Amino acid sequence: METVHPPALNPTSDAPKVMVDIRHMNKFYGDFQVLTDINLTVHARERIVICGPSGSGKSTLIRCINRLEEHQDGDIVVDGIPLTEDVKNIDQIRSEVGMCFQQFNLFPHLTVMENCLLAPMSVRNMSRSAAEALARRYLEKVKIPDQAEKYPSQLSGGQQQRVAIARALCMQPRIMLFDEPTSALDPEMINEVLETMEELAREGMTMICVTHEMGFARKVADRVVFMDQGQIVESAAPKTFFGNPKNERTQKFLQQVLQH
Amino acid sequence: MDLQFLDIIPKSGPLFWGALYTLFVGLIACGVGIFVGTGLLLMRNSRFWLLRTFVGIYGSFIRGTPALVQILVFYYALAPLTGINIGPFTAGIMAVGFNSGAYVAEILRGGLSRIPKGQWEAAEALGLPKRKVWFKIILPQVFHSVIPLLVNEFTMVIKITPLLSTITLVELTRASQMLYNETFRPVEVLSLAALIYFIICFSISQFGEHLQRRSRKYRL
Repeated sequence: METVHPPALNPTSDAPKVMVDIRHMNKFYGDFQVLTDINLTVHARERIVICGPSGSGKSTLIRCINRLEEHQDGDIVVDGIPLTEDVKNIDQIRSEVGMCFQQFNLFPHLTVMENCLLAPMSVRNMSRSAAEALARRYLEKVKIPDQAEKYPSQLSGGQQQRVAIARALCMQPRIMLFDEPTSALDPEMINEVLETMEELAREGMTMICVTHEMGFARKVADRVVFMDQGQIVESAAPKTFFGNPKNERTQKFLQQVLQH
Repeated sequence: MDLQFLDIIPKSGPLFWGALYTLFVGLIACGVGIFVGTGLLLMRNSRFWLLRTFVGIYGSFIRGTPALVQILVFYYALAPLTGINIGPFTAGIMAVGFNSGAYVAEILRGGLSRIPKGQWEAAEALGLPKRKVWFKIILPQVFHSVIPLLVNEFTMVIKITPLLSTITLVELTRASQMLYNETFRPVEVLSLAALIYFIICFSISQFGEHLQRRSRKYRL
């Protein structure tokens, strides 16, 4: 059956396509409200950085986009597909949305190559040779072409995270989500991962990154979203966000983060 | 008492065949056990409550009744109850396998609880279908993490196979009984049988350790 795409939210045809559209979204853990009235629209090729104090719901928000977390009300539309209970929609969205995690979450019993082959072969039904060619291309892109036959535990943290990025890219996603990709890394490995992400951004990938790397936000983001206590408090271009934050909570947060 | 091992050893051919039979039955029963155990694990994690409840009842029932009784039930009661006529060989393997399955399921459950949540999330985020997530991502890691326990369970299976002598299977224990009835040398024959059991179980443990060493590089 063909998926019914809802009418484009932006009627002008040359405007970039809306990739993620979140409207009035609320999420609860039992009685506790973790996300309150979230509204966020992300266009194709846009790079969004989400920051905020820990426990502010940043990770929960991006995990709602590929249904690792369920939202209770409001609408999420990803690349024209409404995110509902419908398993078919969820599967379709997941095959369009790549994700990288704080803890990398590579499959430890599979080699780097096998990690990259699994999804293209079993979700996209690619042949092994086609999937391998694709994997080699992306492993080269993240600068670890010669580690393909190693197991994840034989690689450094930075290398593992880059493999995780390559693994996600092998599904040729239209959107990439990054959930604090550098938080679990030793300081000297953070840059190699950030560089990979910057390159991805340069190539026009739509990206939503939860990160504490303010340098990355400044350099790469089109828009910085600040969250506190489950709400989006402020959302602005990096220049305005860092130079002239409007909200008091944002100011306080930036003071603490940028002090040193 | 004078022990006459030298007299017995030339006549111990039946023990050898009995040992082979024990190993053969044990291997198949173990295979059945792993199959049943994996099935139970999947059922326990099913979204249908009826399956989940069944696993609980199955487990308590198997662990709450003697293996010998289970074997006898399989052999004597199954055919009249269901009309399926299975011989002692199939009945015995089924009984031991289904018994072992309940324990294997518990072992696997322990292994499953040690799989980090991130593995599920990464697999789901890639859009892998449920079946692939289980069989390509989760189960291989579960099995890997419980190799020593599974090997131990295999030796347990070997050690309950003597119960199958009660349903006419000529495995190692039955073979030795027949041999000492013939030779009137129970001490020598049974010592030999015990030694053979030990060699079988010890080899299995060693094999398990080898398996684990070989796959150590997978570990996170």
